[in-house]
Amino acid sequence: MLEYTKKIREIAERLLKEGKVDMVIGFRKGTLPMINEPHFVKRAEDVNELYWDTFCAVNLANYLTDRKERIAIVAKGCDSRNIVNHIIENKVKKDKIVVIGVPCKGMLGRRKIALAAGGSEILEVIDGAKVTIKSKAGVKEVDRKDVTQDNCIICTHRNPVIYDELVAEKVEEQKNVDRYEDVKKIEAMSVQEKNEYFDTLLSTCIRCYACRNACPLCYCPTCFVDESKPQWVGKSIEETDIKTFHFLRAYHCAGRCTDCGSCERVCPMNIKMRVLTKKLEKDCFDQFGWEAGLSLTERPPLDTYKPNDPQDFIK
Amino acid sequence: MKVIRIDRGEGKFREGLKLLQNSYVAFGPLKEDREVYNFKILGDKTPDLNIQNTYLSPKGIVFPQSEVMLKYTLDETKEDCNLMKEAEKDKKPKAVFGIRPCDAASFLIAKRNFDTADYKDPYWISSYEATTFAGLACNEPCSTCFCKSAGYGPFNEEGLDLLFVDFNSYFLIKVLTPKGEELMKKANWQNVVDSDKALADILSKKTSCEDKFTTSIATSNLKSKTILELYNAPFWEEESFACLNCGTCTFVCPTCWCFDIQDENCGCDGVRMKNWDSCMFPLFTLHGTGHNPRGNKQQRVRQRFMHKLKYYLDKYDKGIQCVGCGRCVRLCPVNIDIRRISEKMNGYKACN
Ligand code: SF4
Ligand code: SF4
Ligand code: SF4
Ligand code: SF4
Repeated sequence: MLEYTKKIREIAERLLKEGKVDMVIGFRKGTLPMINEPHFVKRAEDVNELYWDTFCAVNLANYLTDRKERIAIVAKGCDSRNIVNHIIENKVKKDKIVVIGVPCKGMLGRRKIALAAGGSEILEVIDGAKVTIKSKAGVKEVDRKDVTQDNCIICTHRNPVIYDELVAEKVEEQKNVDRYEDVKKIEAMSVQEKNEYFDTLLSTCIRCYACRNACPLCYCPTCFVDESKPQWVGKSIEETDIKTFHFLRAYHCAGRCTDCGSCERVCPMNIKMRVLTKKLEKDCFDQFGWEAGLSLTERPPLDTYKPNDPQDFIK
Repeated sequence: MKVIRIDRGEGKFREGLKLLQNSYVAFGPLKEDREVYNFKILGDKTPDLNIQNTYLSPKGIVFPQSEVMLKYTLDETKEDCNLMKEAEKDKKPKAVFGIRPCDAASFLIAKRNFDTADYKDPYWISSYEATTFAGLACNEPCSTCFCKSAGYGPFNEEGLDLLFVDFNSYFLIKVLTPKGEELMKKANWQNVVDSDKALADILSKKTSCEDKFTTSIATSNLKSKTILELYNAPFWEEESFACLNCGTCTFVCPTCWCFDIQDENCGCDGVRMKNWDSCMFPLFTLHGTGHNPRGNKQQRVRQRFMHKLKYYLDKYDKGIQCVGCGRCVRLCPVNIDIRRISEKMNGYKACN
């Protein structure tokens, strides 16, 4: 990862010195283990603030929304797909963006690591073929796949889909991945089981909206849950309101979600709400053969009509 | 001071907890799904006293995230149509177990807001007064705990009625107030021990924990800065960049006290309720005209930290509006760290 950091700094320095961009968006090293902070640099002499490791999981495309500067942005596979989304949805102009691509082997999940350490406080985590976890309880080695973030385990686009620079050789893409094992399980449930499943899933939600705010897709000037004239959704922690928020938000992401996992990552209450967006991702894939954020020219299925679109729902 | 001992092995602790439930609704840290720990009603469960601290602070016991204040009907055929009526409230005494000293101290901070000479929030005050706080001293701080430098400490007694100190096989309990005394009676925990010896043991635990702190918050110069100097400081752009304005920091914080009032109707029946609000939300300051004086995230982040570290300090002269529990540091999804910000503010000098 040191190599990645070095390369990111080199590229950032060059771009800033040559005046190609006004700012570089990346990460700076966190004040705690297992988290880094999205950060920008505007001067070449500050590029050493930039940093990379396997805890750079939140999606940086979120920080591009509506910015007018010329920006270089560090992007993993999923981030780059959200940049593509942003471009086709007119949230940024392609010619103002320089993508510093990061081939990614999967981000590590901080909660999985905490769990692997038996809840003991984590002091340091060293990534490698095996992941070394140093906690107050001692040192432990675990298999990388056991502590990889859920969405990264099933990711099939680890390399940036668009980039102007690359910080390393591309990595091998994962093949034969069943992306929808969890969704299929839920699809097979009875109505009552589904109800119970969603009740438990969302029972601890505090409606902080971190999931929404971390998502590059959720850029509406006023989110439907924040509308007050008229007010669509109540503000308390009433379960119907909580579900309305989650289900509707998921629908708004249909055909756009890249399964970057930011929403889940940032949830302070550990809620696994990705199953909702994944169901819609699966439907888009099954019905339209569509994967979001791969093409700068094709329109997403939900904002266009094609004569051969499936029409079985018309009875 | 009276000190009581409970041996853990003999089931005395559990028995007492059971007895208590006749007179109190007892709360304590319990594991929810997905490794999340929060204060919950105990029922027949034993509080999990090994976890360092809960995700959400216990402020919700006194100041729930959503609380119905008034009820009304819109049904014009009813005589009391459009009249606001007080909602029933469970007034049963509450007891909070395993609350950490930082969190207990936070209630005193909140009290300065909810219980003033001019304004009294009856919902907060009645809940607060009905609650007995049975605290648990910290033998080991987390790497993100900075209560000591925030002006409190791992054995701090402010805001507590009882202080439990964990000696593995037994607890020593300092009885701090008549409310605490009452609770000990109800639980039949009455094994009074020689207090000189016990207090000495407690003191040595305290010192040993205090020596283990690895982090602190810098606040020494905040008082002498002017508000505008800090308000106009250039670092806010950089420090607020990552913020998602999710409000997690304010929801998990024991000392954040803001709320919003909403009416909710279902058919003709309606309630007027309080819901937690957050200065991190754009709606927080949105005016009826559509104007928003804190329309961007930089202004909102600045507000949160200026309030905690400057406005509160200036207004009350009782330190900062933070007890150093470290929750916002641990749970902010993008690592905005109050220690870093306070250091920036504390060390900032405007050039003339
Ligand atoms: S981040 Fe988690 S707690 Fe916050 S609104 Fe989303 S699901 Fe609920
Ligand atoms: S919904 Fe979640 S996984 Fe999908 S793009 Fe948004 S943050 Fe990423
Ligand atoms: S500081 Fe962190 S927790 Fe608070 S609103 Fe910003 S992103 Fe959310
Ligand atoms: S500001 Fe942060 S550290 Fe301070 S009391 Fe609130 S949550 Fe705890």
